[in-house]
Amino acid sequence: MIGAPEGSTLVPEASTRVTVIRPASRWPRLDIRELWHYRELLGTFVWRDIKVRYKQTSVGVAWALLVPVFTAVVYIVVFGKFAKFPRGNLKYPVVVVSGLLPMTYFISSLTGSAASVVSNGPLVTKVYFPRVLLPIAAVIVPAVDFLLGMTVLVGVMAIYSSWPTGPIALLAPAFLLLAVVAALGLGLFLSALNVRYRDVAYAIPVFLQVLPLLSGVMFVLDHIPQKWQWVLSVNPMTAVISGWRWTLLGGATPDPARTAIGVAVAVLLFFGGLAYFRSTEPRFADTI
Amino acid sequence: MATAITVEGLSKRYRLGQYRAAYGTLRDSIALAARRATQRHREHHDDPELWALKDVSFDVAEGDVVGVIGRNGAGKSTLLKILTRITTPTTGRAEIRGRVGSLLEVGTGFHPELTGRENIFLNGSILGMKRREIGLKLPEIIDFAGVEKFIDTPVKRYSSGMYVRLAFSVAAHLEPEILLVDEVLAVGDSEFQRRCLGRMEDIGASGRTVLFVSHNMQAMTQLCDRVILLDGGQVVEDGESSEVVAHYLQSGLGTGSNRTWPDVATAPGDDLVKLRSVRIVDEHGKQVDAADVRQRVGVEVGFRVLRDGEPVFPKLKVLDRQGAVAFNVMDTGERWRKPSVPGDYVSTAWIPGNLLNEGLTAVDVSICSLGSPKLFPHAAERYAVAFHVQDPGLGDSSRGEYQGQWTGAVRPLLEWTVERG
Repeated sequence: MIGAPEGSTLVPEASTRVTVIRPASRWPRLDIRELWHYRELLGTFVWRDIKVRYKQTSVGVAWALLVPVFTAVVYIVVFGKFAKFPRGNLKYPVVVVSGLLPMTYFISSLTGSAASVVSNGPLVTKVYFPRVLLPIAAVIVPAVDFLLGMTVLVGVMAIYSSWPTGPIALLAPAFLLLAVVAALGLGLFLSALNVRYRDVAYAIPVFLQVLPLLSGVMFVLDHIPQKWQWVLSVNPMTAVISGWRWTLLGGATPDPARTAIGVAVAVLLFFGGLAYFRSTEPRFADTI
Repeated sequence: MATAITVEGLSKRYRLGQYRAAYGTLRDSIALAARRATQRHREHHDDPELWALKDVSFDVAEGDVVGVIGRNGAGKSTLLKILTRITTPTTGRAEIRGRVGSLLEVGTGFHPELTGRENIFLNGSILGMKRREIGLKLPEIIDFAGVEKFIDTPVKRYSSGMYVRLAFSVAAHLEPEILLVDEVLAVGDSEFQRRCLGRMEDIGASGRTVLFVSHNMQAMTQLCDRVILLDGGQVVEDGESSEVVAHYLQSGLGTGSNRTWPDVATAPGDDLVKLRSVRIVDEHGKQVDAADVRQRVGVEVGFRVLRDGEPVFPKLKVLDRQGAVAFNVMDTGERWRKPSVPGDYVSTAWIPGNLLNEGLTAVDVSICSLGSPKLFPHAAERYAVAFHVQDPGLGDSSRGEYQGQWTGAVRPLLEWTVERG
C-alpha cells in the first residue's frame, strides 16, 4: 500500500481499514471479527510463553512429566495407603492420575490467566490489541504440559489395564472443554480484577490449595455423603474429574443433575467473567 | 486530498480518585468508599477531575507529516494514547483511514530470555506485522541493527546499545499507511537519534501519513509540514511548523525561567501541598534567564501547605542540556523534619558557581515527603524552569582561555597540585 498514487483514495475503497475511536460503550460486546484479525498475535503470545517456560532449565520439558509423577506418588502413598481414601471400582493410582491431570491444567491456567494482564503491563500501556488475547493465551499454554502428562495417564492405565469401556471415551474431550471454559471464565474475571486490586495475586494460591480437596482429585465422589456431593458439584472441576473417570476409565456414571450444575456454573463464570473483563478493559491502561 | 485522520471534539477526563485507588489495595478502596459515604457533602472535593484533553479537533490529510508539541501535561501523550486505542476518550470521536502503526516506545514486549531472532518475531507481531512479512524482512532487520553475530543469543546478554539498535530496527521496518509516533527520538545517544530522524524523514518522504509527538523542536521543524500546539488539553495553535514552534518558544508555554500558578486549584499538588511559583534568581534575588557560570544561582520554589500533615520538603532534579540528570538535591534541613504547618513558603536552593556546565539547564521541581522505599512527591512539575548558563570567557572559569567545546554535565573549578620530579 505504501507509495500508492496520491489522490487514488478519493473514492473510499472497500479495502481501506477505517478505525473508529469512540468513548467506551456501556454494554461491551466481543468483536469476533477483530479477534480473528489478531489470531496471529494470539499464536505469538502462546509461542512466547511456551518458549520462555523451560528456558535455562536443564531437563526442560521433562518437568511436564516429573511434576505429575511426583505429586501422584505422594498422593498414592499418603491418601491411598495411609488414609485409605474411597476409590470406587477403580485402582487408586488410576484415580489419582486421572484427577491430577485436569486439576494441574486448571491450576496453571487460572494462575496464568489471572496474572496475564498485569504481567503484560508494559504491553498494555504501549500497544493496542484485544486484551482478551492475554487470558486466552494463558489457558492455551498449559495445554502443552497437559498433553505431555497424558502419557503418564496412559502408562498408568496400561499398568492397571483400566481401559475405556467403549465409544463413551469420545466424550472425554467435552469434559476437558468444561475445564477450559471454567478456567478462562474465572481467569477473565480475576485478571481484570487484578489490574485494580493486587490482592488477587495473594488470594489465588490459598484458593488453589484447597481446590483439589473440593474437586475429588484424590477420592471418588460417590463414596462421600450425599449432602456433600451436592455441595461439591457447584465446583465445575468436580464434574470434569468425575466425567473423566467415567469416560476414560469405566468409573461410575456421574449424576446428570450434578454434572448439569457444574456445566451451568462454568458457563455462568465464562459469560460473567467476559462481561466484567470487557467492561473494565477500557480503563486497563489508565489503572495498571 | 483525502483525510487520513479526523478528530472531532475529543476529550479525556481522569478522576484523580481513580489514580489513588489504582495504586492501593482493596482495603484502601473500602476505606475510601466508607469515607465518602460518611462525608457525602465533601464528595466533590474528594474526587478532583482532570481534563487531560478537552474538545480537541483537527484533520490530517493523507501523506501529511504533522507534529504535536506542548509542555508536559499539555495532553500530547493522552492524544496519542487515544488515537492508538490504548485508552478510550471520555467524549468525542476520531476516525483513522488506513493501516495504523503505532510506536510509543521501541522494543515493546521484548523478552530478555528470548534470542534476538525470536524477539524480532515477537516485537514485530506485537507492532502489527504478519509473521510472513517479518520472515521476509528478517535479513534486512538484522543487517540494519548490526547484530548478526548475536542474533541467536538471548537479548538479556546484549549491551544496552545493541538492544536499542535491534529494537529500533524492527520498528523502522514497520510499513503502515499511518504512523503514530511518540518521543521515540528522546532515547538513546545522539548517534541513535540522528538515525531515527533520518528514518523518520524517509517515512515522511515516502508519502505516508505521520503524527509525531516530540519535545525536540529541531526535529519538529525539520520533519513536519504542520505543527499542532497543545496546552492544558486544548489546541492553542495549528499551522505551519516553523511558525508554531517559534511562537511556542517565545511564549511562556515553552519552559522559561519563571513559572507561577496563580490559581491554587489548578496548581500542581495534592490536598497537602501545592506549588505556587518557581523562579531562577541571581544573588540579589532578581529573576534572571541566564546565569554567569562563575556566580551562584538560586532556584526559588514557592509552595503552599494547605493543612497540617506529614513533614514535606522541596526537592530539585537538575538536568543538563542533553536532558540527562546532572544531580538531585533536596533540603535536608532540620526545619523540614517537623510536621507541616499550613502557610506559604518560599525556599531557595543555591547552586554554587563553577558547577554547572554552559548551556540550557532545566529543573524538575517537587515537594516531597519521606516515604519508604521511595520519596513521595506531593506536588511535582517536570521541566518547571530552565535557564542558560553562560561563560563570559574572561579566562577565570574552568575552561581558562580555551574557547572550544566543553562536554560534561558539570564543570567544576578544581584545585590542582603539581610536583616536578
